[in-house]
Amino acid sequence: MNGSTTANLLAGNLVSPFVLAFALGVVARRLGSNLSLPKDIYEGLSTYLLFAIGLKGGARLAEAPLEQVLAPTGAALALGLLTPVIAFVVLRWAGRLSRVDSGAIAAHYGSVSAVTFIAAQSLVQQRGDSAEPFLPALLAIMEAPGLVVGLALGLAGAGRADRPLRQVLHEILLGKTLVLLLGGLLIGVAVGAERLAPVQPFFEGLFPGVLTLFLLELGVVAGARLGDLKKVGPFLLAFGTMIPIVHGLLGVLLGTLAGLSPGGATVLGAMAASASYIAAPPAVRLALPEANPTYYLTAALAITFPFNLIAGIPLYYWAALRLAERMS
Amino acid sequence: MATTPLSLVTIVAEPVLEPRLLKELKELGATGWTIVDGRGEGSRGMRASELPGANVRVETIVTDEVAGRIIAHVAERYFPHYAVIAYVTAVEVVRGEKYARRRSGNGS
Repeated sequence: MNGSTTANLLAGNLVSPFVLAFALGVVARRLGSNLSLPKDIYEGLSTYLLFAIGLKGGARLAEAPLEQVLAPTGAALALGLLTPVIAFVVLRWAGRLSRVDSGAIAAHYGSVSAVTFIAAQSLVQQRGDSAEPFLPALLAIMEAPGLVVGLALGLAGAGRADRPLRQVLHEILLGKTLVLLLGGLLIGVAVGAERLAPVQPFFEGLFPGVLTLFLLELGVVAGARLGDLKKVGPFLLAFGTMIPIVHGLLGVLLGTLAGLSPGGATVLGAMAASASYIAAPPAVRLALPEANPTYYLTAALAITFPFNLIAGIPLYYWAALRLAERMS
Repeated sequence: MATTPLSLVTIVAEPVLEPRLLKELKELGATGWTIVDGRGEGSRGMRASELPGANVRVETIVTDEVAGRIIAHVAERYFPHYAVIAYVTAVEVVRGEKYARRRSGNGS
């Protein structure tokens, strides 16, 4: 593995419909175009994507032997609990942010961006490699703990009798992200690959196209936030690009140790590195209203998401390949 | 036609609050409401509109007493940190008995 291969990986990743659609959205928005998907279609596309991941992952999960799934599940749980703590400590002590702001941002980085997950899976497949098919189950497992730990860190010591964590937990667990992912997984497990076949043209065949359209809109939303980069300051800019590297490499390491293939470790790393911007913001807004939304939305959507899409995922893949070489 | 004087409470809030508001309105004695999505700008400017989704305008017709409770509750719980406004208008309502707190067994 040498420098030119890394550069190839990066360049190959850039010339994909996903990245270019996202870039088009950003550029169009910056130039003042009125391009934007209607809100209901955006909601519909995200529903489709989450449900499709769940169904497909569930069907494959049913076929995976239990001992192959256990260690990676532990790794995903550990990452879900660890990443918000790392983020919180860095924000609080290196960034000198308030406790609520630190907790709010940490909750986003503890939670997972499903689109980053899908982008990582697509990159691995593009390279002719593959990730373990049960990884969507880990996405569902990682989603909630990270969010809850981040919120708890933000709430701790503030004596919030009026906002018990239980109510917040209820709102997170019944949020559409988890319901669609877990519900899809359960249905997938229950019906199995064979009986899922009739809906496959819709949920698998159309998937890359829907993702491309979704990324176009995400680009528009991220583009609208670019102006806020000045407001959040250099610390969050550095945080939004460095923390994904730390979390991503940690994810690759734990994934490899748990027995995942390089492709699987890459996807797990990308999950750990990602920051949620669909499920986390409303939950954080309700639980930590004092936190400034400009910080967490800008960091998650305008800094970390594009970073992972463009540079992070190829980096995690490269690291996973090297690590696998070393260990063999 | 005979009308009854009642209070129309209007709350304009950021969308994440909708489920909580509706639950609390019911607990505070409202018997019904109408919700519309809206766009706009206020003193909190961008801050409120940052999360995706349109603001909601919740309207409920209640007795003066319930209106007072709702306004006090919204002011205490949401004014400090959320983009929320609330106001009360005096209205003359046809079929005023509809807006009294519904009791079990009263099949109106």
